[in-house]
Amino acid sequence: MAKEMMKGNEAVAEAAIRAGVQAYFGYPITPQTELLEWMSRRMPEEGRAFVQAESELAAINMVYGAACTGRRVMSSSSSPGVSLMLEGISYMAGTEVPAVIVDVMRGGPGLGNIQPSQSDYNQIVHGGGHGDYHPIVLAPCSVQESIDLTVLAFDLAEKYRSIVIILSDGSIGQMMEPAELPPMMPLKTSFPEWAVDGAAGRERRFLSSIYMDAPAEEVANMRLLNRWAKIRENEIRYKEYYLDDAEYAIVGFGSAGRVALSAVRQAREMGIKVGLLRPISLNPFPVDAIEALGKRVKGILVVEMNTGQMLDDVLLATRGKVPVEFYGRTGGVIPFPDEVVSAVQRLAAGPIVTTGHPRDRWMKFMSFLN
Amino acid sequence: MTVPELDSEQVAVYQRPDALSDTNTHYCPGCTHGVAHRLIAEVVDEMGLRERMIGVASVGCSVFAYNYFDFDFVQSPHGRAPAMATGIKRVLPDRIVLTYQGDGDLASIGMAEVVHAAARGENITCIFINNTNYGMTGGQMAPTTLPGQKTTSSPNGRDVEVNGYPIRTAELLSKLDGASYVVRRSLHDPKNIRLAKKAIRTAFEVQKRGLGFSMVELLSICPTNWGMTPRQAIQWLEEKMIPFYALGDYKVNPSVADIKI
Amino acid sequence: MQTEILIAGFGGQGVLFGGQLMAYAGMEYGKQVTWIPSYGPEMRGGTANCTVIISDEEIGSPLVRHPRVLMAFNLPSLDKYESAVAEGGLLVVNSSMVERSVDRKNVRSILIPANEIAENLGDKRLTNMVMLGAMLANQPVLPLEAVEKALEHHIPERHKRLLPMNIKALRKGAEFKPVAVK
Repeated sequence: MAKEMMKGNEAVAEAAIRAGVQAYFGYPITPQTELLEWMSRRMPEEGRAFVQAESELAAINMVYGAACTGRRVMSSSSSPGVSLMLEGISYMAGTEVPAVIVDVMRGGPGLGNIQPSQSDYNQIVHGGGHGDYHPIVLAPCSVQESIDLTVLAFDLAEKYRSIVIILSDGSIGQMMEPAELPPMMPLKTSFPEWAVDGAAGRERRFLSSIYMDAPAEEVANMRLLNRWAKIRENEIRYKEYYLDDAEYAIVGFGSAGRVALSAVRQAREMGIKVGLLRPISLNPFPVDAIEALGKRVKGILVVEMNTGQMLDDVLLATRGKVPVEFYGRTGGVIPFPDEVVSAVQRLAAGPIVTTGHPRDRWMKFMSFLN
Repeated sequence: MTVPELDSEQVAVYQRPDALSDTNTHYCPGCTHGVAHRLIAEVVDEMGLRERMIGVASVGCSVFAYNYFDFDFVQSPHGRAPAMATGIKRVLPDRIVLTYQGDGDLASIGMAEVVHAAARGENITCIFINNTNYGMTGGQMAPTTLPGQKTTSSPNGRDVEVNGYPIRTAELLSKLDGASYVVRRSLHDPKNIRLAKKAIRTAFEVQKRGLGFSMVELLSICPTNWGMTPRQAIQWLEEKMIPFYALGDYKVNPSVADIKI
Repeated sequence: MQTEILIAGFGGQGVLFGGQLMAYAGMEYGKQVTWIPSYGPEMRGGTANCTVIISDEEIGSPLVRHPRVLMAFNLPSLDKYESAVAEGGLLVVNSSMVERSVDRKNVRSILIPANEIAENLGDKRLTNMVMLGAMLANQPVLPLEAVEKALEHHIPERHKRLLPMNIKALRKGAEFKPVAVK
């Protein structure tokens, strides 16, 4: 199939349709709305279910209901809307039903604004909803990757009976790039042995996240954790750029990763040997790759569009064995590549600092905002 | 529980419907949840719907409803049963989808979900148990608690100046164009129980024919939390609840009126 | 080789479509492209801008602080972005909507009365094509023909009959050359 120019949000929607999503439930919120609008037109065309729900709470619970039938189902929203969905996400995790959720992040906290941001990292990667569960989180950096990861998300969700969250942002969602869609895949015709779809000719089934007996809940939580261990073993994804001879490395995901790629090229033109590791699966996090990277380079710069949320995971992965610095913009501000180049220059110029927290050093640097 | 074999002289006049599981419920003595469960199960049996049914349990005393019905069930977050039911029904439109919700669940935390399910004309059936309090958590004030009624969170009686007024849910939902069949019945005596069963049957028939949203509100008793014997509770329902929550048909679409039960 | 083009103006001036057309043309010409709009609560009549990047290699950031080219369709856009244009870059100013001259001396500037030209061609909505033509003739990013071809492919069906006029507008704009800044 030839490449066509597509908006990130619309590409995700069409990719989900091609991947055989059978029901979509959502609620309008900028900068995600094109996804919902695309679904409102295309799902009925394909004879599939689309409902604009009365709230994100309702949308996610419609997803929950449809997911219990074993059919492919998804929703999408942006940061404040995803906060509302966390109740349903926790229930789905507890019930062990698969679903795909897209979060097109915007600036917060609160109503914040509608500009691109990465400040949902903690909300999404480190749970958000109550209870012991781990969603798979995939972070695209382009329209093409948004498509590819959406298709993958449905497969992973089913394979692991897990929630998969596509962590996009306003920039990727609104941007147009040439990309190629997958061919239309046939809808599923067989459904898992747990699916609740009417007890025709079989024992009745029920799905619930309730384990009134605490030891039974403990067993269930350990089952989830064991499944998570398999996911950690098999589903870590990241991409490396210019790391072969790198003396310094940037770690950045999604939009920040793209900005970092531009910065890496500019810094290399200046003679600084810097590369980039872009985590694609934020959960499971590429811990080993980053730990190994830390052993190879003189310093790591974490770049994010937040105040250093993934930074904490990079610090855990590198275990203090390599100096780490941080550069971020927050509140919906997108860093320009030259800001990141400057941060690389500062890191390369030294002196290397190993005391204190990188976030504190960055705060000092950003004190012009105070 | 073992059912004794009938000998040749005996005739079974009353037995557990197939749609009910062979399980003891956790409901308190005298509670009318058991009656409501049985009515639903009888209707499911009579209409031959057991293999097409998908129930959505809610949060409240009926949280374990999925254990008591012998058909497919899911269990919803508090108040979200109509949303879950919507999700199920939209992917499986030929199944009969039922929510079973109490008053805290449906009329408080889940008000938005039920109102919008009704407004969409979602082809589902909500069975709504109104017993004027939050039973599961120990008898707190509900949106249906009567003015002056004492509960564990309105110890001096519901003061409408402070806590506002009870919500008449059937009347409220009846105003929505998408609602096809909205009625209130009561479970306090055999005559009314028969009428309640008829209403549940009509509601399922509405759904089976694809005629849109149906809700049956069932006035119920909660002897434990009301601090009464079952007999006193039934009397209280008759004397206090029915005057406030008048029984009747609040919305019967012309298309529904053709249904003869 | 990477060229960044910032196109800014009022909503309704064809700013976003002009940018998309460049992106389509770039894609069909075998280049890497990105198109990213500013987006906000203003849906109509407010300010609109988009950044198009056309490149030979995988594009990193879709936004840059110093674009190679600025196409300013109105005064607020020139005021806001004039200082951002990269040194040696190109500034295309719609002089129909901008009464002042350009301050920057280290960029090339084209002042073009795009509204008047479009109106003379018969339709004010051709303003964006006039501006694009002027830019393409003075910035070696894509051949004019590539954009003409893209226009043929992507002009909305209901405007198909306007294609010859659009191409005329592109070519008219292409006649303009940078002026010496005093």
